[in-house]
Amino acid sequence: MSIIDVSNVSKSYGGVKANSDVSISVEKGGITGLIGPNGSGKTTLFNSIVGYHPIDSGSIKYEGQEISQMQVPEIARLGLLRTFQQTRIYGAMNCVENMLISLPHRKMSLLDTLKRNTAEDRERAEHLLEFVGLYEKRNLRSGSLSFGQQKLLEFAMALMNEPTVLLLDEPTAGINPTLINGLIDRLKRANSEFGITLFIIEHNMRVIMNMADTIYCLAHGELLAAGSSEEIQNDQRVIDAYLGAH
Amino acid sequence: MSVQKTGLYAALLIFIVASPFVFPTFGVQLGTLWLMIIVAMTWDMTGGQMGYNSLGNIFFYGTGMYVAALISIALVYDVGEYTGASGGGRYDFTDAQYFTGFVLGTIGAGIFCALSAFVIGYVTFGLRGPYFAIGTLGVAIAAGELVSNWDWVGGGQGITLPVYPGDLDEGKIFIYFAYAITGVLLFIFLNWLYKTRFGAAINAIRDDEEKAEAMGVHTMRYKLVTWAMSAFFIGVAGGISAFQLISFEPLESAYQTINLGIFMVVCVLLGGKGTLWGPIIGAILFQIFKEVTWNYFLGWQWVALGALIVVTVVYFQDGLMGWLRTTRPEWFGLTVDERDDDAPQTAAAAGEGAK
Amino acid sequence: MDQIASNIGLLIDYPVVNLKIIIDGVMIGALFALAAYGLALVWGVMNVKNLAQGDFVIGGGYVSWWLVKNVGLHPLLGVPAAFVVMALLGGALHGTPVHQWARSQKKPMIIVSLVTGFVFIVATYLGDSAGSIAGYAGMVLTILLIINGGIYNLVISRVIERDLFTSLLATFGLAIMGAQIMNLLFGSDTQSLDLGYDTLYFADGLIDIPIAKLIGVIMAAALATVVIIFMKRSRMGQAIRATAQDARAARVLGIDTEKVYAFTFSLNAAICGAAGAIIVMVWVIQPFYGITYSVRAFVIVTAAGLGNLPGVIAAGLGIGAAEQYGSHVFGIGYQQAIAVMLLLAVLVFRLMQQKRNRQVLQ
Repeated sequence: MSIIDVSNVSKSYGGVKANSDVSISVEKGGITGLIGPNGSGKTTLFNSIVGYHPIDSGSIKYEGQEISQMQVPEIARLGLLRTFQQTRIYGAMNCVENMLISLPHRKMSLLDTLKRNTAEDRERAEHLLEFVGLYEKRNLRSGSLSFGQQKLLEFAMALMNEPTVLLLDEPTAGINPTLINGLIDRLKRANSEFGITLFIIEHNMRVIMNMADTIYCLAHGELLAAGSSEEIQNDQRVIDAYLGAH
Repeated sequence: MSVQKTGLYAALLIFIVASPFVFPTFGVQLGTLWLMIIVAMTWDMTGGQMGYNSLGNIFFYGTGMYVAALISIALVYDVGEYTGASGGGRYDFTDAQYFTGFVLGTIGAGIFCALSAFVIGYVTFGLRGPYFAIGTLGVAIAAGELVSNWDWVGGGQGITLPVYPGDLDEGKIFIYFAYAITGVLLFIFLNWLYKTRFGAAINAIRDDEEKAEAMGVHTMRYKLVTWAMSAFFIGVAGGISAFQLISFEPLESAYQTINLGIFMVVCVLLGGKGTLWGPIIGAILFQIFKEVTWNYFLGWQWVALGALIVVTVVYFQDGLMGWLRTTRPEWFGLTVDERDDDAPQTAAAAGEGAK
Repeated sequence: MDQIASNIGLLIDYPVVNLKIIIDGVMIGALFALAAYGLALVWGVMNVKNLAQGDFVIGGGYVSWWLVKNVGLHPLLGVPAAFVVMALLGGALHGTPVHQWARSQKKPMIIVSLVTGFVFIVATYLGDSAGSIAGYAGMVLTILLIINGGIYNLVISRVIERDLFTSLLATFGLAIMGAQIMNLLFGSDTQSLDLGYDTLYFADGLIDIPIAKLIGVIMAAALATVVIIFMKRSRMGQAIRATAQDARAARVLGIDTEKVYAFTFSLNAAICGAAGAIIVMVWVIQPFYGITYSVRAFVIVTAAGLGNLPGVIAAGLGIGAAEQYGSHVFGIGYQQAIAVMLLLAVLVFRLMQQKRNRQVLQ
């Protein structure tokens, strides 16, 4: 069963067609990948889904509900969460505070928010920090962490938020290659243990081939191919697109 | 709460209660000081803690004055007739009428202001950064101009309220305690609020609103509620102010955009944005500066005040608390080196997190 | 209500009244547009939201007024004089040889400022206003030169890179100071200069156009044209436009952005000064009138958007006309309120526009 349905979405900036007639669907409970060369319109599609700009035509449905007219906060409150390519964390606060702010506010009434964080909340925050390997750094100002660590923190914050779907924009970019295997493992565990549907933009072929059940490949704003990782790996059009033979 | 902290608060409370009797000659100034503290603390709720720099909070002050005055009049007389006579007719208030008017007026002012914050905020919180500042300033200026053209509430002449039934000094002390109680309640309220999830959420809005939105935080709800809470207390303070001034008019004393409207911002910047004590300390420093310049540099006081604003904003924007925070981070429970981590400290740091 | 209805009725019964209102509105709107253009310039290029804009206007008006009253300058020559003085005050000398020389000659400059300060005190004591103002001006100018030549270096250069609220507040502080200093120097009475020209009458005397106002509008138009050509053609104009687009790229390409900023700010002060010198000829000035011009400038720039010069001029003329209409219909007391309500209306309109684009206004 699919949870996000993108059908025939087009989006252009001035004369540049960033997405034309793109249709994809994200399976509930699975890991879906989105690949494509630079400038193929991956991030544009992401931003269309989470509501950063209007689309020209087509429809985007989340659990059957049309979301292409909704604003960012409304979409996020449906449980559709995203991380940023350039990480965004609250740099002036420490890691634990960052985690506690990421508690799922969409599930709280105003009265719930007028309470202090409970010991369980804090425990969960520390547990998740441990999960991503940042426990040692939990009391440091998050702005002082390295870029890779900030990415991990952002991932942990996303998990803290208990999303239904998590959209990750290049989760391994800028991360030390020795840590990538660990991150792949954690992403898979987030999917299997917490039951979070993942939708991942990724440049690193090895990473996405290792994880995703279904992969979509964009080129020049159009959907080039879709299928399992083997199918994509053996698709001549995908190889051409990546090698620049077009 | 530690013994030291309890002792400090007790000493402060005694000082607050005793000061109007110890310094009877400064009765009015002490009341005004409380007013500054209240408006600075309320401005910091949005400006410092939430990152929304309003230049129009004075709207709630002015509106609070008018609402309190109108309620206390309307309980006894017809408002149109009362203002039409502009203090000329014989309109007596009994003691009971005065005090009921005072209590219902100030509380009513707070409630009215909180409600109007919801309405105005619904529009202005769509604006960010400088547009929010300009938009709210616009609201305050427009309100002042419209009220000064509205004859039913006295127009440009303003309103004259009954004087305190009793002797003058007693009236000053009454006003002082009205302010002081509001201020202390506000302090207790904020001390609690900033430690809740709510406090953390508005801090998140300040630090990165786009991220907070993307995390599903109800940003609009938090912004509105914060502004409404802040407006409630400004409204109450405005209401008390109306009874303190007795006679006031719209442009210079109620919607005084360039006086109190800016002073409250300067107080907060002086003391340190986004801290609990910063606005209080800033208000005290500012009030001292203001009294000194008004007494010794008469004629040049406004120039000195303008210079103070410029210097504070340009050279000292983090304020006293911000400066202490960078020079003495350990006072604020900030961890700089990971080696001094231990369990109890962690809990303390997380508990104070919202600060 | 009856009053409002009859005012509207008047407009319908006598269409020529509309023409008079529009002409009046366009005349005052032209001057609003000048101040707004300066604001759009500093906002667009330096990201400084200058709330002291109106005080520069009034300051220029007082420069002209003082020179005419005390030196005997012709009022029309007050316009270029105000332009130059306000440019200097804004920071036009920044980075020039004069500025460098002044910084190398600190000691004599300090002595000059002390002497002029003494002159100021003595003249004030003796009640000689011309002497006191001259002494004061000398003192201020020398002090400005010593500590870096103008408002730009003292305040503005330090707020460019900061967050947006800083410039707003810092210039608000400047506005308070400016208004008060003018109040202390020139008194709180309204002042104006009478050119002594005739008034032209049209349509059986229903439309009256004083020649002085006509000259004022022509001068405003001429100034705007010169500035536009300057921005298009000159090297400095190109550097300013380049800096506005991307300051870092401009720096990399060898443009001295610091100089560009100083120049832009002093150009803005100069434009405002000239506008003020025109205003003192056709209307009146008073130390505290500045804020009204600042508010108008903000309304116009917000409505027109940055870097949209025709838009600024159109919005300026439009708001002039709208205000005249508003004050005709609702009464003169609502004039300021109407300007502010227009600002709010513009903000709400742009907010809705942005919401359709799933964006916020920031």
